[in-house]
Amino acid sequence: MRHVISLLIENEAGALSRVSGLFSARAYNIESLTVAPTEDPSLSRMTIVSIGSEDIIEQITKQLNKLIDVVKVVDLSEAGHIERELMLIKVRATGKDREELKRMSDIFRGRIIDATDSTYVIELTGASGKLDAFFDAIDRALILETVRTGICGIGRGDRILKV
Amino acid sequence: MLLTGAEIVIRCLQEEKVEHVFGYPGGSVLYIYDELFKQDKVRHVLVRHEQAAVHAADGYARSTDKVGVALVTSGPGVTNAVTGIATAYMDSIPMVVLSGQVPTAAIGMDAFQEVDTVGITRPCVKHNFLVKNVEDLAATIKKAFYLARSGRPGPVLVDIPKDVSAQKCEFHYPKAISMRSYNPVVKGHTGQIKKAVNLMLEAKRPMVYVGGGVVLGDAADRLTKMVKMLGYPCTNTLMGLGAYPATDKQFVGMLGMHGTYEANMATHNCDVLIAVGARFDDRVIGDPNDFCSVPRKIIHIDIDPASISKRVRVDVPIVGNVGDVLDEMIRQLETTAERPDAQALSDWWQQIEEWRGKKCMEYDRNSAIIKPQFVIEKLWEVTGGDAFVTSDVGQHQMWAAQYYKFDKPRRWLNSGGLGTMGFGLPSAMGVQLAHPGAPVACVTGEGSVQMCIQELSTCKQFRLPLKVVLLNNSYLGMVRQWQELFHGNRFSESYMDALPDFAKLAEAYGHVGMTIEKPGDVEGALKEAFERKNDLVFMNFKIDPTENVYPMVQGGKGLTSMILSSEDL
Repeated sequence: MRHVISLLIENEAGALSRVSGLFSARAYNIESLTVAPTEDPSLSRMTIVSIGSEDIIEQITKQLNKLIDVVKVVDLSEAGHIERELMLIKVRATGKDREELKRMSDIFRGRIIDATDSTYVIELTGASGKLDAFFDAIDRALILETVRTGICGIGRGDRILKV
Repeated sequence: MLLTGAEIVIRCLQEEKVEHVFGYPGGSVLYIYDELFKQDKVRHVLVRHEQAAVHAADGYARSTDKVGVALVTSGPGVTNAVTGIATAYMDSIPMVVLSGQVPTAAIGMDAFQEVDTVGITRPCVKHNFLVKNVEDLAATIKKAFYLARSGRPGPVLVDIPKDVSAQKCEFHYPKAISMRSYNPVVKGHTGQIKKAVNLMLEAKRPMVYVGGGVVLGDAADRLTKMVKMLGYPCTNTLMGLGAYPATDKQFVGMLGMHGTYEANMATHNCDVLIAVGARFDDRVIGDPNDFCSVPRKIIHIDIDPASISKRVRVDVPIVGNVGDVLDEMIRQLETTAERPDAQALSDWWQQIEEWRGKKCMEYDRNSAIIKPQFVIEKLWEVTGGDAFVTSDVGQHQMWAAQYYKFDKPRRWLNSGGLGTMGFGLPSAMGVQLAHPGAPVACVTGEGSVQMCIQELSTCKQFRLPLKVVLLNNSYLGMVRQWQELFHGNRFSESYMDALPDFAKLAEAYGHVGMTIEKPGDVEGALKEAFERKNDLVFMNFKIDPTENVYPMVQGGKGLTSMILSSEDL
């Protein structure tokens, strides 16, 4: 099962390596991991996507909680939540492809944020599935480069992760 | 008044009432050593290798309820210490390791004796810190001691760059520490405890399984009280030996890979298993699938939520300090009118006595060659069962665990989790320094003892009258045993040729050496050794090289598939 684990961690040097080290030492799987400081600069928020059985996920959350710098851990996928990922995709845009790529980008609510006479950089956000779908919607041969952030997630409604 | 970082380190140690620091100087810790020199409250014990410094601090901690402290330099000082730190981590031993680091400006420059200490030690410490500003030093050391001893204990490392130990600031040692990210649970959940007590009282075939957490949590007295109130059988793990008195009739021996027949059978066949401060280690339960194939209920008391349902699903988990939980259990048992089912319990004991009747711990007492079990039995007799016993890792460790009947906690010290050869001698030094005048024996093998044998020199310098009980079979015995049983008698690299004359070696270090070759001389040698109160006596017992440790559960098999003797093969 795929799980989205969100946590608050003291924004100290080495915090990321404590988390990533835990995953590799215990052979847990990481699909993606994103981290950045919160509105309180002393805290970082991390979103980790992992795949594992219920037992493994339970161990992951317990082991994360055990890290001294970790303040709070929640498994977002236990209830309603929203996931978003950002992708930048550079495509070859010449001739009739220029029009088609612009159209597709609009359909996916993307934005062209850089254009040269032969390339576009398109910015796309959404759930990971939507970003995957974009690849299928355009001619893959046109893709020059892609970069994705990995997802960040937040609980719906009253589900709040705060100190 | 402004103090240097080095002065602050020493002041912090004094504030923590640290009496002994085990260490080894070097470039990055020179300022700290200079301050050590100028005071006499904290005594420094100079070892001969940093691994030994950490093991000695570990032994000091295990035999007391204090935090052990080690001090090492950067680079190789730290890498040498890593084995000791990992040993302490696996066994949850409270310890603070102070390490020197190259100056902050040189970090990352591949400087002389630079190593990424925080990175290297991260997976084997409870927590670690790199102190970049002298203003943070005192609070960081305070945190280190707090973290080391609270919750599930463990080693905490503080890495101090050389310039930080030279810079000055005001010294202020915080009285208390609070961390929003760290709040270990103390009191167990009362509702869960009630559930557990009810389940315990309903049991027809109860079994109490006790681990090192009871020793570390200083809860042996309460555990013993509760087990006696209930009249239930009790087994200790390798780490739990001494938590419940071994000479008591309710004790069925150690369980696990080299546990007794009765302990393993009772653990497997019970209907309610009460696990106290134990973690269902692979060496304890064998194959987890086989272990879980029996429909029993499990109560699990542990301070670490991550230990609950890690290897085995449990029915009634209780997270909390084992002593507090046991207090509450005893209180509830005293107030309830419910009592265990006497008839069922008596039937259960009858079954256990039948298993005991197998006499799985018998060995050849008429042998013309010294049997290792005999040496340990005599050691127990000669010391009145009241010595501190450290061991290394291998056959001798198992024989010591099986045949020395520990009645008190903190008397038995071994590297149960990591299985570190070389632990025995240096940890015994820590014990002896913590308990001057107490009998301290290091039971070891000729393989293990050579991994830290240089510490005989430290023992001389600090006049530590240890008694080394070397069970010398000229083999890496446990390796040889596995090769004999599972690798077609091909003794690949397990025979040690060219062993030193250990008695002469001990003498060369300024100690007393003995070589004992006949069973009739065992008791006399041990008596003489323990009578020499001021001497380290190194006893080289030439034991039967073919002796194996039984009973034995083969790795990966269930607890009940035991080999009881070579006749079972």
